[in-house]
Amino acid sequence: MIKHHLSVGQLSVSLGLATLLLITGCGQRDEAPATKGGPPMVRRLTEVEYRRIVADVFGGSIKVPGHFDPDIRRAGLIAIGTSQESVATAGMEQYDLTARSIAAQVVDEAHRDTLVSCKPAKATEPDDACATTFFSRIGRLLFRRPLTADELRAYVGSASKGAKELGSFYAGLGEGLAAVLVSPQFLFRTEVAYANPAHPGQDRLDAYSKAERLSFFLWDTAPDERLLNAAKAGELETDEGLQKQVDRMIASPRLAAGMRAFFSDMLGFDGFVALAKDPTIYPRYSGQVSIDAQEQTLRTLTDLLITQKSDYRDIFTTRKTFLNQLLGSVYNVPSTAEDGWVAHVYPENDPHIGILSQVSFLSLHSHPGRSSPTLRGKALREIFLCQKVPDPPGNVNFALVNDTKNPAFHTARARLTAHRTEATCAGCHKIMDPIGLALENFDSASGYRTLENGDQIVTAGEIDGKKFEDVFGFTKAIHDHPMVPSCLVNRLYSFGVGRIPSKDEASWINYQVKQFEAGGFKVLPLMRRIATSSAFYRVSTPSNETTAAIAPRAAPSETLPEAGK
Amino acid sequence: MKTGFKVDRRTVLRGVLGGAGVTLGLPLLDCFLNTNGTALASGAPLPVVFGTWFWGCGFNPGRWEPKKVGEGYDMNIETMPLQPFRDRINVISGTQVYLDGKPAKSHVTGLMAIITGDAPRDTPEYGSLDSIVADQIGTASRFRSLEVTGTGNPMDSVSRRSATVFNPAEVSPVALYARVFGPDFRDPNTADFKPDPKVMVRRSVLSAVSDQRATLLKTVGASDRQRLDEYFTALRDIERQLDLQLEKPAPLAACSKSDQPVDAEIGTQIDHVQANHKLFAQILAHALACGQTRVVNVVFSQATSPLRKPGSAMTHHILTHEEPTDEKLGYQPQATWFISQIMDGLAMYLTTFDGIKEGDGSLLDRTLLFAYSESGFAKTHSLDNMPMLTIGGAAGKIKTGRHIAAPSEPVTRVGFTIQQALGVPVESWGTESLKTKRPFSELLV
Repeated sequence: MIKHHLSVGQLSVSLGLATLLLITGCGQRDEAPATKGGPPMVRRLTEVEYRRIVADVFGGSIKVPGHFDPDIRRAGLIAIGTSQESVATAGMEQYDLTARSIAAQVVDEAHRDTLVSCKPAKATEPDDACATTFFSRIGRLLFRRPLTADELRAYVGSASKGAKELGSFYAGLGEGLAAVLVSPQFLFRTEVAYANPAHPGQDRLDAYSKAERLSFFLWDTAPDERLLNAAKAGELETDEGLQKQVDRMIASPRLAAGMRAFFSDMLGFDGFVALAKDPTIYPRYSGQVSIDAQEQTLRTLTDLLITQKSDYRDIFTTRKTFLNQLLGSVYNVPSTAEDGWVAHVYPENDPHIGILSQVSFLSLHSHPGRSSPTLRGKALREIFLCQKVPDPPGNVNFALVNDTKNPAFHTARARLTAHRTEATCAGCHKIMDPIGLALENFDSASGYRTLENGDQIVTAGEIDGKKFEDVFGFTKAIHDHPMVPSCLVNRLYSFGVGRIPSKDEASWINYQVKQFEAGGFKVLPLMRRIATSSAFYRVSTPSNETTAAIAPRAAPSETLPEAGK
Repeated sequence: MKTGFKVDRRTVLRGVLGGAGVTLGLPLLDCFLNTNGTALASGAPLPVVFGTWFWGCGFNPGRWEPKKVGEGYDMNIETMPLQPFRDRINVISGTQVYLDGKPAKSHVTGLMAIITGDAPRDTPEYGSLDSIVADQIGTASRFRSLEVTGTGNPMDSVSRRSATVFNPAEVSPVALYARVFGPDFRDPNTADFKPDPKVMVRRSVLSAVSDQRATLLKTVGASDRQRLDEYFTALRDIERQLDLQLEKPAPLAACSKSDQPVDAEIGTQIDHVQANHKLFAQILAHALACGQTRVVNVVFSQATSPLRKPGSAMTHHILTHEEPTDEKLGYQPQATWFISQIMDGLAMYLTTFDGIKEGDGSLLDRTLLFAYSESGFAKTHSLDNMPMLTIGGAAGKIKTGRHIAAPSEPVTRVGFTIQQALGVPVESWGTESLKTKRPFSELLV
């Protein structure tokens, strides 16, 4: 096997190794390099996933009130943060409130006839048979696997006790359902692996955990009935069965939700929660603009990558986007639509090119009252090139940079030149600022400008050896940057498995990057290759644990009635 | 890291009474709380409460430290708004964050070193001082702790229970009010009390979930086991809240609901931040007076202080780095203006606490408030001479009115002193060069 020099860990820190990618990973056309996989994961549901699952299982008319604990971002992704999060007390209070509200709606008079498939013998008394039917069906969808006999007994028991105390079958059922919705089995995706006697140390993900990993990767939600049935029937254990499910899921309109979840995560849209713009300086900016700005970018991406099946790198150069009236006013594009979103294609000479010129990127990586070439440059390196910009040194002597007797720096370039000529700052500012300065024609709220404080804005610069004059040359240079495809593959895989790829997976990722390139950088085939690969589902026992120490999950109680049977 | 089941007063209650549905006034069991605060007419001592109050971007060195060391000092220019409370304040100047070769993450490392005792290499690895204290004094109250932030981002909380459990902050006074004084609030001074059967059912249903703990923990690896155990800790907190709703609370003479707030716009504009902070102060003070919690954590402004005047392109943080130093004044006048605003905010917070009268004293007398910032000089991100104050008499557990000059001492000595004062059984605190076994014994009673 070819020895691959570029580990995944290095991918995220190296700035100069970009070209290496082009010469590694070759000669493996038929078979991907072997990997050992990572440990089985325990991942907390994100707020979006929680809401989507509730809508999938109970329908869109069930309201999910309240807010959730914010998710943490690790190594560039919330998806990785979810495998490190737990629940704080305040978050638990919120889960509890939300669960009780959802449960009360499900069993209320407007919903019970459709959502509770059986009728109790008496509405004022417990009915364990009906509660059993309800919890085995609902529980399987919420837990992403059949309930164990113990679990089922516990929830039916809770419902029964509640019904007795409160004098109502449905009230009791609601209490039991609220308990299901705050249970760790619902809130955490807990993967289960079994020892593989043929390969000690390398375990097998059980079928339901496999289905779960696949479903959250492609759809960002729990497996549907068909996928659970396929898991139960053992179909996911064969290449053919797995491919059949993957193809079905990729063809589904729900794929867009999965792709939106991935890009929202990768682009750091959670940052909009705390984004503030000064209304005096940017009167057109509002909370609604920040919501619509995310929608604009996500529509641009799903249209380009799913509908048009374009080259991924075109996200930096596409002229097609989607606007509504509000964003039309921000971009100064007269909108003909009464309401809703319409496609809009910018003319050739318009500087609004690709997603870097959209409000979502420009305003998120700016200060409240002005743009920030440094923040934009840092964001671009970290988000699209998977590079980590080092922390600034402690006790920086800013006196050398700012404390000048003539503080009349009119432009950001003038202000930042000082940083880049001071040795302690130059190293990092050189890799951030020129990129950000290329976007200086867009202010903090993304308004277009050619002057700052009366001085002409100059956008020429260089990124990793490629010179450019303006935003057109700049976006072309990003489009062709060799780290762009490898970064996407790395992020997608990490998003799916919920962790940083291990060193041992670096060659596999490099191989996927080559495949991605060979196929013209198309994202759907890339997602399919990941989802159908054995590497994606491979798990290994951490070296400090033994499989024996981890008790397998109690066997699901398959004799219990399931939905539709 | 504490993860195991902690024997708290509730457990004792259950053990003693065999869970036989007996309703007891809570103060009867206060002997478990190590409290000896000011006695009220009823004879029950009021317990010590703890708070943190953080602001971003610190002070200007030389303008906040009192000139005189020891007792009888006067506040310096930038802490002058606190002068009325001087006798109840300790100023600790000169302390330092040691990095031991780890990165100085601007505006993060200083905060983490002070509050977790560790300068993180990457992400925070330890629980915060307030959660250590809450485990000692807060486990019997309805909320283990309450967190708020003035600048709009729930992630701007200093409170974390561990590397993986972070306590996000409330950003809205209205939301905080609903949480504390909403329908689940039981007024301790109410005459009639009836346990709600719905609450009883919820309590038993949640037991069915927590009963699965042992089974579930067996199915995952060690690090995930700890995370799931933290989930069960949070679940137990909810169960405890329900338990408290099922018992008649003990009367608290000073308890009353705060006024229903109306949020100012949530964001970073200084007048809005001040207005919301004032509302937060009211709610938190009343929550403490009503025994709803014993630990409250306030972030006035996040570490990279986004405070701004309306219409200004410059935030407080940007000003600290970019505003030229006025040669005549010797400091950055615009950035420094925000420091005076922040200290006004802190003075208002203290006034609010002092306004809750309890017997001969006030809530402030049984409070230990730790006020601090994350850099010694924001302009250069310096990590020496870190700004730190302790405020309030801590129910007699700490001496006050002193300026301690502690040049080059590790910042952790302050957090360690606080733990010792509040009875946390701990012999040392902090990591590497920040590890200390030495409290400021001149402050301990």
